[in-house]
Amino acid sequence: MTTVAAVSEETDSPYALSHLDALESEAVHIFREVAGEFERPVILFSGGKDSIVMLHLALKAFAPAPIPFSLLHVDTGHNFPEVLAYRDRVVAEHGLRLHVAHVQDYIDRGVLKERPDGTRNPLQTVPLTEKIQAEKFDAVFGGGRRDEEKARAKERVFSLRDEFSQWDPRRQRPELWQLYNGRHAPGEHVRVFPLSNWTELDVWQYIARENIDLPEIYYAHERPVFSRNGMWLTAGEWGGPKEGETVETRLIRYRTVGDMSCTGAVDSDATTIEKVIVEIAASRLTERGATRADDKMSEAAMEDRKREGYF
Amino acid sequence: MSTTTAAEELAGLSATTLLRFATAGSVDDGKSTLVGRLLHDSKSVLTDQLEAVEHASRSRGSAEPDLALLTDGLRAEREQGITIDVAYRYFATPRRRFILADTPGHVQYTRNMVTGASTADLAVVLVDARNGVIEQTRRHAAVAALLRVPHVVLAVNKMDLVEYKESVFAAIAEEFTAYAGHLGVPEITAIPISALAGDNVVEPSANMDWYGGPTVLEHLETVPVSHDLTSCHARLPVQYVIRPQTAEHPDYRGYAGQIAAGTFRVGESVTVLPSGRTSKIAGIDLLGQAVDVAWTPQSITLLLEDDIDISRGDLIVPSGDAPATSQDVEATVCHVADTPLTVGQRVLLKHTTRTVKAIVKEIPSRLTLDDLSQHPDPGQLVANDIGLVKVRTAEPLALDSYADSRRTGSFLLIDPADGTTLAAGMAGESFASAEDPKSLVDDEGWDF
Repeated sequence: MTTVAAVSEETDSPYALSHLDALESEAVHIFREVAGEFERPVILFSGGKDSIVMLHLALKAFAPAPIPFSLLHVDTGHNFPEVLAYRDRVVAEHGLRLHVAHVQDYIDRGVLKERPDGTRNPLQTVPLTEKIQAEKFDAVFGGGRRDEEKARAKERVFSLRDEFSQWDPRRQRPELWQLYNGRHAPGEHVRVFPLSNWTELDVWQYIARENIDLPEIYYAHERPVFSRNGMWLTAGEWGGPKEGETVETRLIRYRTVGDMSCTGAVDSDATTIEKVIVEIAASRLTERGATRADDKMSEAAMEDRKREGYF
Repeated sequence: MSTTTAAEELAGLSATTLLRFATAGSVDDGKSTLVGRLLHDSKSVLTDQLEAVEHASRSRGSAEPDLALLTDGLRAEREQGITIDVAYRYFATPRRRFILADTPGHVQYTRNMVTGASTADLAVVLVDARNGVIEQTRRHAAVAALLRVPHVVLAVNKMDLVEYKESVFAAIAEEFTAYAGHLGVPEITAIPISALAGDNVVEPSANMDWYGGPTVLEHLETVPVSHDLTSCHARLPVQYVIRPQTAEHPDYRGYAGQIAAGTFRVGESVTVLPSGRTSKIAGIDLLGQAVDVAWTPQSITLLLEDDIDISRGDLIVPSGDAPATSQDVEATVCHVADTPLTVGQRVLLKHTTRTVKAIVKEIPSRLTLDDLSQHPDPGQLVANDIGLVKVRTAEPLALDSYADSRRTGSFLLIDPADGTTLAAGMAGESFASAEDPKSLVDDEGWDF
């Protein structure tokens, strides 16, 4: 009844793709679908590894032509300087157009209020959605992966957002085969996640395979940090350390890159990509569990933020 | 074909392939437990996730961690204790990486199983050993057959509750195999398990020495993901035309797309549909690298010898192996929207990269999945219904039979007013030609 014996021989078929090749091909397909069906797509680019991999895939998808999209960065005002420098270098190198929405502008105008805990991550939603509306972007690429978080595991590759940019998980379109339905009314837009099926390890293996340059904060380095809520935060003008928190210099690296106020570093001596991969493969903590304060706020923190228009 | 790097080898993950599979089971068959155990025993549940589940379980008043909380990601799902929507899970072993479409088992969510099964290479159908093959099991088998999922695993769960008896398993396996074989499911593997106790999920069971087959994980690791492509009809739907028009590449004109089926080679004669124009493949770019041959599912850019008019929505095929084009589509559809699909309705039909206007001319029958009987002229299809439809399109389409190609034989029906996805369509015969279930059993017997 079973055909397992016959099966194992076939696994070595010359037509088998490695998992990275399969994921790459799928992501490129998604980029090209959006290029074919939308008027004004934009790539959310934070200078973090996922958005860097997205950009790399987009460059491959349209080579030798330039990417037919511009980039959008939501600057929280608390970004790592190394990451901003990386962002500007990449934009110049590939002749890209970069839109920036500044959280600080909204705080200065009194539209947004600084939170008591100092984190600006949730404050990104309003500048992001207003920029999308103002620029009339109809497809917005995000680097979100379903392995990151349980609400993200429910996210479609093409995710329709209403004119308020809201996500309604109960009213998602079924996603069948590779037939992505991107139809939307004026004012609505579609969030597109080409890395949906990638895991953190896939991203790192791909970075290694493709020799992709990253901001140096992803690799182990010495840095003055202080402990808050069990995480090592970078000391700086953004609001840390407070009284009772002491700064020490530790050998650390970052697994994710976001707002300095809520992105924690991990103790690490992984100075090369090979060492990073070994470290991740052995880690017993998820990327977000290890380094993100904002997801710990409640059991549905990510779902709630996504509903409001977060990426 | 995979490119390995020092880093991949270091992590012990070189040359792994990717298997997409879906799970289906009724509400209390233990699907969450099976998924939880696969994730847990393959060490894919990490400490902080487990802590979050333990914390949430305690705050709900249960002493034991509820593994279903790992997979129920939405507030409403946790509140109601049911799975509403498909969730995708990721785990890996040194041999393979897995994408699991975790689909809800409720009767009213047939569309979710269709969603999960549409991209799956394998479906795991769970049954409770105490209940055997029930209506819902037949429904799951029928959906897997209809969607032509290449491999089906029957996981006979809760064997611990039937004293691990071979006779119980053999009877269920025989009934299911006969039924699914009759529907044309090409390969069925039956495995007796206890998801709760861990028998034959990741580790072989010490309680069922009469069973000599693979564990669930072992089977998932060894089942083939790619088939012999030489016999497939090659198809490239054109997604996008790449024309840099730069000083460096003034004349570059490439047809970008993901190969939907088969292989393409440099030098081969090709025909472009629907125009019927022909040319020869001058070059193939595999994401920046020139290659002589490319195959599904690679995303490539095709360069042709002649400058002919080709745009998004066209289909490039080998000359001499072109599908017929037609404006009349006969297909089985699964209705996935809350509003009904009716005769006379104007819709959009999305097939590969082409979207055309269409009208529903006829709904000849509605299928009852429980007994596979056809109800003639239902007039409409409502959410989760499966039926035959005849659709007339405004422009000719080059549709393959879904039996030949899941990618070029499938389509969506879309509401032109608000973009809602109405139905998932599969062109041609709905089920594979029925095998005589009796001869299947007599000839091959059982090998466990």
